[in-house]
Amino acid sequence: MEFAFTSEQKMIAETARVFFTENATRERTRQAMACDGVDYALWASFCQELGFSAIGIPENLGGAGLGLVEMAIIAEAAGAQVAAFPMFGSLVLCAQAIAAGGGAGQREDLLPRLMSGETIAAYGHAATLVDDGNGLSGEAAFVAHGASARIFVVTGNNGAWIVKADAPGVSIAQLTTMDQTRPYARVVLSGVVGEPLAQPGKAIAAAQRAGFVAIAAEALGGAQACLDRTVAYARERIQFGRSIGSFQAYKHRLADMMIEIEQARSAVYWAACATDEGAVDAELAAHAAKSFAADTYFMCAGNMIQLHGGIGFTWEHDAHLFFKRARALQSMLGNGDWHREQVAAMIFGEMA
Amino acid sequence: MKLGFSTGDELFRQECADWLNGQMSGEFKDIKGITKLTASPERRKEWEQRLGEARWGCIGWPIEWGGRGATLGQQVIFAEEYARAGVPGRVNHIGVELAGPTILAFGTPEQKQRFLPSIAKGMTIFCQGFSEPNAGSDLAGVRTAARLEGGEWVVNGQKIWTSLAHIADWIFVLSRSEKGSSGPNGLTFLMMELRQPGIEVRGIKQINGDSEFNETFFTDARCPADSLIGAAGDGWRIAMGLLAFERGVSTLGQQMGFRNELDEIIRAAKENGAARSPLIRQRIAKAEIGLRLMRYGALRMLSNADHSKIDGAALTYKIQWASWRRGLGELAMDVLGQAGEVTDTNDYEWAALPNLFLFSRADTIYGGTNQIQRNLIAERGLGMPREPRGDA
Ligand SMILES: Cc1cc2nc3c(=O)[nH]c(=O)nc-3n(C[C@H](O)[C@H](O)[C@H](O)COP(=O)(O)OP(=O)(O)OC[C@H]3O[C@@H](n4cnc5c(N)ncnc54)[C@H](O)[C@@H]3O)c2cc1C
Repeated sequence: MEFAFTSEQKMIAETARVFFTENATRERTRQAMACDGVDYALWASFCQELGFSAIGIPENLGGAGLGLVEMAIIAEAAGAQVAAFPMFGSLVLCAQAIAAGGGAGQREDLLPRLMSGETIAAYGHAATLVDDGNGLSGEAAFVAHGASARIFVVTGNNGAWIVKADAPGVSIAQLTTMDQTRPYARVVLSGVVGEPLAQPGKAIAAAQRAGFVAIAAEALGGAQACLDRTVAYARERIQFGRSIGSFQAYKHRLADMMIEIEQARSAVYWAACATDEGAVDAELAAHAAKSFAADTYFMCAGNMIQLHGGIGFTWEHDAHLFFKRARALQSMLGNGDWHREQVAAMIFGEMA
Repeated sequence: MKLGFSTGDELFRQECADWLNGQMSGEFKDIKGITKLTASPERRKEWEQRLGEARWGCIGWPIEWGGRGATLGQQVIFAEEYARAGVPGRVNHIGVELAGPTILAFGTPEQKQRFLPSIAKGMTIFCQGFSEPNAGSDLAGVRTAARLEGGEWVVNGQKIWTSLAHIADWIFVLSRSEKGSSGPNGLTFLMMELRQPGIEVRGIKQINGDSEFNETFFTDARCPADSLIGAAGDGWRIAMGLLAFERGVSTLGQQMGFRNELDEIIRAAKENGAARSPLIRQRIAKAEIGLRLMRYGALRMLSNADHSKIDGAALTYKIQWASWRRGLGELAMDVLGQAGEVTDTNDYEWAALPNLFLFSRADTIYGGTNQIQRNLIAERGLGMPREPRGDA
């Protein structure tokens, strides 16, 4: 049984932890929140100094190889600091879509730019997207980091395209977003010339696979951080002449957080491993991980506010960053009910 | 990081499955699929002995004591195949999982010789005499008294909730050997023969009508002076060592049993149309997810070779499965509806799912209640202050 990190994976985890703790600081994150939710210095060192942006892209496409387990390790560490940078849209969704479903030219042209961080891509879905011969028209409502992107991967019900942000007919409106570390934009296309991805089905499947797991991993990191920070507070804060962590109602909430987090950890790495190994239950695992970990994160972030009392309700304290990111992750790429319904359909043998 | 087992392990899996299926379709056909721990006790003792003869009884133990020196992975595989083949639970699980490992870790060479081969052969069935009317969660409150007298321990007092004492041959007893001592000090861990004039076992009827556990009364009950594990007064350390064995490889086998229960609920939901309800579908999906996560949690715990740091998966495992299973029982009844609330037997006897509903209320009590688990997680896992003790 080897369902534990290898020494290489432990090293990646430690490097990532140190990197985000040192760089994705509360001051820098708050500066990014006041603009477009991107800490550009963080993004540049992530892509260029650490080279983590190449993880999960096959070596023959210029990437670092490795797989979703390693990508999850990075997302977990980023989530623990609620890092404000576009890894999720640009690397997890777009780069995976292009690597899996792009033509040779698209891969050669785009992947190096995405991995170097020079170009930020964002991923949008527009159910109504049509190409009526006069270009693409439709609206992608909630495109994460959409206002920071130079290119988009847009998917519709029957295709996936690459669209340049400055192409004629593209209009982008940054939306004031509850989670300012990952603001949404509305992207409206009217008669835009897009470049179809060679294999849209493969592209979308790859983006979803990686997306579900990365969200789950980010949620895991965030949930653990909520617990760690609350535990630290429980030790120092005194009321009624005792540390608040000595009250059983308080302790038990912390324990409940840990119980859920440990399951979320199993979920994330089961799903990542199952996908990397091509296991038969990989899809079920990804739905399980996305729904379970996002719910865990929200539960922990809510508890974090409650267990900090008034200070936890302030803008100044970081608790709301976790709380808002957790809420965003619950909705992103399908809410928990939707993912569980997919699982139910598999259980009852109703899948196509 | 990998999910699966090695090819060698998979071959071993086949070997286990072949042997177990052979037994369950052959000589032991009559006990296949039994889920109650109390049903057909005589046949199940024979089954323990069959396991022992074939050296499948305690495969993780060293070869010299009747085991196979199996790796952790092989033990997991055997436990999984055991449950998958519909083999009923071990009536000697306390001997195999608690008494044996405790003797292996703390016993003298003579004690090992005396007990281990015979547990491995299925000849010595153990039960656990820890809880007392006034010592439950607070186990250190035990009062059952032991004193050395003429080369023998003489024991007086009462144990309660002693599972399978009516079937077992031996009992290990946490006793107070130092007069006037209190708490974890002055305790001694004794191994006693159960069938003796000084010990009386009375069944206690449980909420499901069954009686798996008992009251065990000691009135000048006796055992030889060398029946203690560890030293006199060292009982708490031994008892704590024993409880640490309580979560182990067998959990993965237990999960296969849970799998069967969930599958039965899924079947029932399809049959009676409950599967069309979006709310039931959500709950079944949640149950499925919870079960999978339990498996990967256990694999994580068993893959964690260096136990140097506190293992969160291990610490949270008990409350996780117990709460999950209690929820499963509730789900079963919501799927069955009122049909689950009646039984077609004249006796107060329940089919698997209603029985699951009733029995699973105990899962969150024995082996440390959910509240005690939360205390442990917060204190050991998160470093929160210990619960204050009263002086009542
Ligand atoms: C089916 C079954 C089989 C069993 N088999 C055995 C056996 O074979 N051998 C054996 O020795 N024992 C056995 N037990 C006993 C079991 O270990 C005890 O029931 C258990 O430890 C709880 O003790 P108690 O029943 O005295 O409850 P109590 O300890 O009195 O607890 C009552 C309630 O108070 C709560 N509580 C207690 N302390 C705290 C605290 N510090 N903080 C918060 N809440 C607290 C508990 O959670 C519980 O809800 C069995 C029990 C069951 C149900």
